[in-house]
Amino acid sequence: MIPLPTQFYIKICAALLALLALTWGLAYIDLGSWNLGIAMGVSIVKAVLIMLFFMHVRYSSRLIQLVACAGFFWLLILLSLAMSDYRSRGWIPTRRPDLTQSDR
Amino acid sequence: MSETTAAPAHQFETLEQQREAATLGMWIFLATEVLFFGGLFMGYTFVRWSYPEVFEQASHRLDATIGGVNTAVLLLSSLTMALAVKSAQLGKRNALVAFLSLTALLGILFLGFKAIEYHGDYVDHIVPGIPSYHFEGPSAPQAELFFWIYFAMTGLHAIHVTVGIIVIAIMAALAWRRSFSPEHYMPIEVTGLYWHFVDIVWVFLFPLLYLVGHR
Repeated sequence: MIPLPTQFYIKICAALLALLALTWGLAYIDLGSWNLGIAMGVSIVKAVLIMLFFMHVRYSSRLIQLVACAGFFWLLILLSLAMSDYRSRGWIPTRRPDLTQSDR
Repeated sequence: MSETTAAPAHQFETLEQQREAATLGMWIFLATEVLFFGGLFMGYTFVRWSYPEVFEQASHRLDATIGGVNTAVLLLSSLTMALAVKSAQLGKRNALVAFLSLTALLGILFLGFKAIEYHGDYVDHIVPGIPSYHFEGPSAPQAELFFWIYFAMTGLHAIHVTVGIIVIAIMAALAWRRSFSPEHYMPIEVTGLYWHFVDIVWVFLFPLLYLVGHR
């Protein structure tokens, strides 16, 4: 891989620090349920910047790019399957008399 | 003796293939690391979803200033690590040693702030599992869950930072002894991948632990 210009790395770091300031500042503004979503969105942008440029994923082969995404994809499976279980409990009423409402 | 030969190891066709294999191996390890931390993120998600308001109360007790400053320290250390890799690619030995040392020092600074923060938590009686733990209010057991998650996640992360500092220090010593060259710098690149990953974990930990419900 051809070495990237030092200026470019400094700009990426400046962008990351600006995004940190954004997360920090937004935490003190009431946006209701949007606070968490925006904070996570900014964190994902920061992580993607680090991966693409500091970790050189942008300049790597397709194989490396695929493996780099795989871990995060599996984490998404873990979070979405587990939470869809917890969230959907009690949606379908059970007829078993030995289960109370709180057990569902 | 320094290893500056331009030939790949005998199991590889080309140097490019050898570099790709090293990078691939590190990314597979990092995928397992994502899932290692992932279990804790899963626990965090479930407990926060179950007790959102308790998380807001408990998060207020953490030192967001130290957490935020530490985020900046780690982001800067990622910059110096990236510049170390660049120096290695160009064969600039002195710059490589300097940037690796700077990265390790920023890592030590991070751990120093972390130690101050943990001590503050101890003084504030929010370290769970020891007799001095004390949290007022009806939701004390749920708040204790938050503090357990906080110490488990930041503690596991701090262990990773410590390992990173040790590896970077070893790399700096090897670089000082002229073990690397523009043809042979993959140990630096791979160490960089690990260090940037540890930075990414913190990028998520900072808002999730320190910035809940400050509005």
